[in-house]
Amino acid sequence: METMSKADATAVVANTVAVATVLEPAISLKGATKRYGTRTPGATILDGIDLTVAKKEFVSIIGPSGCGKSTLLKLVAGLNPITKGTIAIDGMTPANAREIVSFIFQDATLLPWRTVRENVVLGLELEGIARARRSEKVDAVLKMVGLAHVADRFPRELSGGMKMRVSIARALATRPKVLLLDEPFAALDEMTRDRINEDLLKLREEQEWTALFVTHSVAEAVFLSTRILVLAPYPGRIAHDIAVDLPFPRNEETRSTPQYEQYVVEVSRALRGVSKA
Amino acid sequence: MNIKKSMLNLFTALAILCALLLLWQGLIWLFNIQPYLLPSPKAVAHAVVTRFPSLMTSLGITAMEAAVGLAGSLVVGILIALLFAQSPWVRKMFYPYTILLQTVPIVAIAPLILMWVGTGIGSVMLVAFIICLAPIIANTTQGLISVDRNMVDLFLMHNASRPQVLLKLRMPHALPSIFTGIRISAGIAVIGAITGELFGGASRVGVGGIGYAIQYASSQLETDYLFALVFAASVLGFAFFFVTMFLEWYFLHEWHESARSVDDE
Repeated sequence: METMSKADATAVVANTVAVATVLEPAISLKGATKRYGTRTPGATILDGIDLTVAKKEFVSIIGPSGCGKSTLLKLVAGLNPITKGTIAIDGMTPANAREIVSFIFQDATLLPWRTVRENVVLGLELEGIARARRSEKVDAVLKMVGLAHVADRFPRELSGGMKMRVSIARALATRPKVLLLDEPFAALDEMTRDRINEDLLKLREEQEWTALFVTHSVAEAVFLSTRILVLAPYPGRIAHDIAVDLPFPRNEETRSTPQYEQYVVEVSRALRGVSKA
Repeated sequence: MNIKKSMLNLFTALAILCALLLLWQGLIWLFNIQPYLLPSPKAVAHAVVTRFPSLMTSLGITAMEAAVGLAGSLVVGILIALLFAQSPWVRKMFYPYTILLQTVPIVAIAPLILMWVGTGIGSVMLVAFIICLAPIIANTTQGLISVDRNMVDLFLMHNASRPQVLLKLRMPHALPSIFTGIRISAGIAVIGAITGELFGGASRVGVGGIGYAIQYASSQLETDYLFALVFAASVLGFAFFFVTMFLEWYFLHEWHESARSVDDE
């Protein structure tokens, strides 16, 4: 009986650990506040954001301009210091978590003097990965985003969509656990954007990262996300938190399902609600 | 097609040259100008041929002085620019003096330098160095600080160190600007060297760069040789310009638009 209870206890402990690892948030914000200047009350960009993003979630942040969505992302990246509150990524501060985080910027931010391959290797190079292991990883990730054939081209020879793919490849080459995306596809035409969205989800199936995605496009947010946060401006705060229960894998057909359109309507309505003022 | 075009360009240039030579000779015939005032093209050509060795010696000395001055300004200028790029505060403090360096007339300070440092090749190099410095500093600084904020953030996201940001981001980004600076300085390096020589650029009596030889020839009324020297100086300036253009093309044509347009045209 005594052994029984001991085994039982171990099982319970094991169970708790298992639950903890599954539920341990990838990103957690508590009372995150960002203010510029010291006195003016109008300069509060973000006011007391509480947010928990679980592992493997794909969370989109959408909202009218001035709601601080890009600032929020910069805070999580640790590129912009927080005024009040805490941010934890996998239990670490943003500055300490950089090894497991990749950031994809609004424009492709490729180094024009480097070829595609040399651009993709940048993250690994800066983090001091050995040369031999680098090229192996780069080849793999280039193949993954379908750029192996332009590996030795320079960025100026590529289209906007291809440049963005290089940017994605560079971000994924370091095998991040968290991906932060700041309106990365805003400058692309709709066809290219749709295709890259589909590919991004495919990549997500292969690599298991958590994504925080800032966008202006409702359709894009619905297609990609497991959850959409609608931010209200002045000061920036979370107004709606909408779970998107569309089944995976999602593809071209997903966009023509009634559920998808329903979500687009719902998010659009929420967005219009917070933009009114 | 392209060869045909460049052949045509070459032909036009040669035709213009012939016309200018004819005009030159025509003026001499027409106004009966004395050779010590304006020697004929033939006399100048004769001077070039007969005094070729001393012409080449002068050319070599001036080329060397200008090249060393330019190279020195490149090294020092980039180091100063790296300092300037560190903080806006440093820039605000010292940048005005860079402009001062550019606006001060070199003709006025060249005698001073020769007075302080003494005559000879070294002081001529110093004059060339000073005149070349400002464009290198200004352009390199501009290149170093005009890096896109997102690019810097990208490097920070990968825990890049300050030296890494400098070597892998700021320096390559500044390269086109550095070449712009070199291009400007290459032209004035030759002018600087000749200016320096005019104020006493002989290392020993009778041997000196183009500036020195020009002064000597004019005092001896060897106008035909003076003309030869002026042409040599122009050719040298052109050679400097051409070499920098080539280097710029060589280092940048693969990725930079400005260098690329050269071989597209």
